[in-house]
Amino acid sequence: MKKVYTRPRSLKRNPFHYCPGCGHSVIHRVMTELIDEMNLQDKAVGIPPPGCSVFAYHYFDVDMAESAHGRGAAVATGMKRAFPEVIVFTYQGDGDLAAIGTAETIHAANRGECITAIFINNAVYGMTGGQMAPTTLLDQKTTTTPYGRDKKIEGYPIKMSEIVALTKGAVYIERVAVNSPSNIRKTKKAIRKAFQVQIDNLGFSLVEILSPCPTNWKMSPLESWQWIDKEMTKEFPLGVIKDMAGKKDAD
Amino acid sequence: MAEVLMTGNSAIGEAAIRAGCQCYFGYPITPQNELTEYMATHLSRKKGCSFIQAESEISAINMVFGASLAGARAMTSSSGPGISLKQEGISYLAACELPSVIVNMSRGGPGLGSIAASQSDYFQATRGGGHGDYRTIVLAPSSVQELADLTHKAFDLADEYCIPVIILGDGMLGQMMEPVEFKHEAPEELAIRSGALRGAKGRPSRIVKTFTSNPAELEELNWSLFRRYQLIKKRETTCETFLVEDAELIVFAFGIAARIAKGAIRTARARGLKVGMLRPITLWPFPTEKIRELVKRTKHFLVFEMNMGQMIEDVQLALEGKGEVSFYGRPGGIIPTPNEVVRVVSRLYYQKGLN
Repeated sequence: MKKVYTRPRSLKRNPFHYCPGCGHSVIHRVMTELIDEMNLQDKAVGIPPPGCSVFAYHYFDVDMAESAHGRGAAVATGMKRAFPEVIVFTYQGDGDLAAIGTAETIHAANRGECITAIFINNAVYGMTGGQMAPTTLLDQKTTTTPYGRDKKIEGYPIKMSEIVALTKGAVYIERVAVNSPSNIRKTKKAIRKAFQVQIDNLGFSLVEILSPCPTNWKMSPLESWQWIDKEMTKEFPLGVIKDMAGKKDAD
Repeated sequence: MAEVLMTGNSAIGEAAIRAGCQCYFGYPITPQNELTEYMATHLSRKKGCSFIQAESEISAINMVFGASLAGARAMTSSSGPGISLKQEGISYLAACELPSVIVNMSRGGPGLGSIAASQSDYFQATRGGGHGDYRTIVLAPSSVQELADLTHKAFDLADEYCIPVIILGDGMLGQMMEPVEFKHEAPEELAIRSGALRGAKGRPSRIVKTFTSNPAELEELNWSLFRRYQLIKKRETTCETFLVEDAELIVFAFGIAARIAKGAIRTARARGLKVGMLRPITLWPFPTEKIRELVKRTKHFLVFEMNMGQMIEDVQLALEGKGEVSFYGRPGGIIPTPNEVVRVVSRLYYQKGLN
């Protein structure tokens, strides 16, 4: 009989602590499948952030080192420079990568560091209880925008992937979502490509994943999937933002 | 190797390379730029080595964190304001028990302060500096030769005790030129430190982390760090004593201030005043025991610092109320002259009726 579905080798046998309907567990699953398929389990080092996914090391059976808030790209840079054979990925939320870690991310990309950033955009600070993130949509209610995000007071949702794409060292950037089986398949394809860009030493790769947070959005898992389609993708359209892989010069 | 004439900042760079430093991550700030520039020239093209001028001091220290995770000998340097920014990273390095070397060629503070030499970062260096319950080893050289020697030692101490080591110099030490001899050749290849994260090849995967939802687990980490700190106190406390045997008055000074004090003490001795000096070489661990020995014989002490009085607190703790402690300090980047210190010493000597 042909085996069609099994637990990835690089996914530890720990029950996920994530809330029902959370995107992290789906993304962990997809990534560990890829780590198996691309034969990276003994080469990869993951850098999880403070946040809900600080415990990612309970699930990824690869070397993992927790970084300070927002510093993932700098930590990954140091590691990759010290030992270029390693395949290093950061796993960062929107507050982490697009607020406190803005400088680290942009400059790592601009230097063309051969690292991969997995950027989870769920439009809120999750672990701290649902505060406004840099990616919170206009009019979206959070615990720190109880009347909805007002552009006059809180400014606009930041399009970090588009900003990073402007740096010449960024080789591959795609925005995907994990709110449907087909989108999950696209997510896997995007991360595969991002890892490949690093394996081929081409430069910086980033995959932004729109990911549901039903708890802080105060929605059912199904509603949160629909909200990504209806609201989030209007501000954050899915698709390849930049792909210089295979082109002669990233310029 | 014969002596060469070098600035303190360059000497640190050369000594670091000879200690097997593979990664240097810096950010410009006066008065330590010559070190960053030295590494750009001499480390960046070296095989297996990496130099980055980072986008901030925060990034630089986190690059050190990443390189140290991967098992490399890694270093960063800065001065006062930049060291403040690195404190977050230093706390994480201490928590994750990652060897690393951080150089502070300190300047006048607080705030942006001045670029002139000062010792205003003593508190920051010796009290951990960042958040949480931790210590760092703090080395305080007082000459270019000692900068070179202690830079080499810093890498060894960092590896031995899995701890961040701070070299606390100052703008004057960094910028002045002196003859220096490098006693080591750069190693061909360093053994990969056990515990390095380089991918889980042929072994189970590893986790390096500090966050825990279990306070008991963190308490255990704190205890384990504390036990190591006790060991460091016992084994690594170093200081220099100068003419203390018959001294009626002992000056406590560290770094460049001790250099100035030494000149002053020689002059005072020539005038018949029995003055000596104790110079802590490790500011943490502090030579508390040595001071307790000295107070058995000598009752009068002068703490001389290029700040408003920071090390004096450690001296007072060591003396436990015994002896009489006076203070002379020049903050803000003023470099006191030996003659100025002679005047202070002489006045105190006669005031206390020691003649």
